[in-house]
Amino acid sequence: MQASSVEIRKVNKFYGPFHALKDVDLNILPGKVTCLIGPSGSGKSTLLRCINFLEEYDSGEIRIDGQMMGYDAPGRKMSGRKLREMRRSIGMVFQQFNLWPHMTARENVAEGLIRVRGMGKAEAHERASAALTKVGLADKMENHPLRLSGGQQQRVAIARAIAMEPRLMLFDEPTSALDPELVGEVLNVMKTLAAEGMTMVVVTHEMGFAAHVADQVAFMEKGELVGVDTPDRILHQPADPRIQSFLRTYHERNSF
Amino acid sequence: MDFSIFQQYGPALLKGFGNTILCWALGTVFGMALGLVIALIQRYAPKYIRWIVQAYIEVIRGTPFLVQLFVLYYGGPLIGLRLDALPAGLLGLTIYGSPYFAEIFRSGFRAVPHGQIEAARAIGMTELSIVRRILLPLGLVSSLPALINFSIILTKETVILSIITVPELMYQVNRMSTETFRFLEANLVLALFFWLLVETISRVGRRFEARITKHLIERT
Repeated sequence: MQASSVEIRKVNKFYGPFHALKDVDLNILPGKVTCLIGPSGSGKSTLLRCINFLEEYDSGEIRIDGQMMGYDAPGRKMSGRKLREMRRSIGMVFQQFNLWPHMTARENVAEGLIRVRGMGKAEAHERASAALTKVGLADKMENHPLRLSGGQQQRVAIARAIAMEPRLMLFDEPTSALDPELVGEVLNVMKTLAAEGMTMVVVTHEMGFAAHVADQVAFMEKGELVGVDTPDRILHQPADPRIQSFLRTYHERNSF
Repeated sequence: MDFSIFQQYGPALLKGFGNTILCWALGTVFGMALGLVIALIQRYAPKYIRWIVQAYIEVIRGTPFLVQLFVLYYGGPLIGLRLDALPAGLLGLTIYGSPYFAEIFRSGFRAVPHGQIEAARAIGMTELSIVRRILLPLGLVSSLPALINFSIILTKETVILSIITVPELMYQVNRMSTETFRFLEANLVLALFFWLLVETISRVGRRFEARITKHLIERT
């Protein structure tokens, strides 16, 4: 599998007067898993969404395999065609799954192959079946999203992304909307992907996943990237008091 | 009450009812089509075009249907638009319904969760594909109850077409009652016909709605 790298340099993002991302620098290495953690509203999701330009950043650069995302040159936005071209190799998984409810699981996965990759229906459905089998849903292909559990829906969403053969996968709190007993099945699929060498950026509150699967963990607070390091150094021996305080709150909430 | 006069006027009334159904059906279909175009313009066109379309909506919604018909039928010839009563009535009904349909579609589109549009953008679908494959099917489904409702309202607006001599049911009923002075009987028959029409539309509508929302609504 070809895996992308992402370089994020001095990225800033404003919502009116609100400074959502402040000079964020981050290197995302090919074939590695980067977890973004931090309190709500810290800008993790915003940063993630800037990577595939669902959110426009105002200054700085995001480069995917060396090519700047969203802009031809600073301040000059790229054409819709070029943007779509770049997005084809980036898969995204959302907190709310965002499956299309009027299509079956298989149709959800095949849609992008047909419309974006220009595949014939038969071939697209074959590929969709393979992707759904990979995420353990071979027996649910003809179900509409409403007939699936949250965990199954999220796995369809992952299949929809990987069927496009992306070189980079973005996960925006993929397990936050799930009942606790369904979190595991989604994380397992993600672990498989990571083991295959997919470049992954994961916004998550699952510290266990960050600790065991991530190659690096980035901590954000108030739009700033406070620290990036190995999971062990961020989660077990954090130097920055802001990370210490976040983890203390996390442990208090999760202890019983 | 004396219903024997229907032996004489029955055929004319049935023909009138046929015209009523024709005007309603075509006026609804064309009005919906125009409304859909307006709603898409409102969503995607540059703002100057949106302003023009918004002005159209305000004018049509803000004036009585009767006045619109007069302007179209009697004012039309002044600008070279000479229409027979029936086509004029059809055009009038189409124009009258379009802004209401447009508003229904607009709110239907807004009911499509933004995340589902973003998911399509994220895999690189074109905006046109997104409209065709995601926004339209889902938006139309959420518009459906309001569409059926407004179509039912439109059935009863067709009686106004009698004013510009469209030979629909109201027109025939008026003719019959002025010739025979059987106002009550004639209008009761009119009411019966409309009730039949509305009842049919709402039954068909409900069945259609149930069929296409089968996969979209949680059954309890």
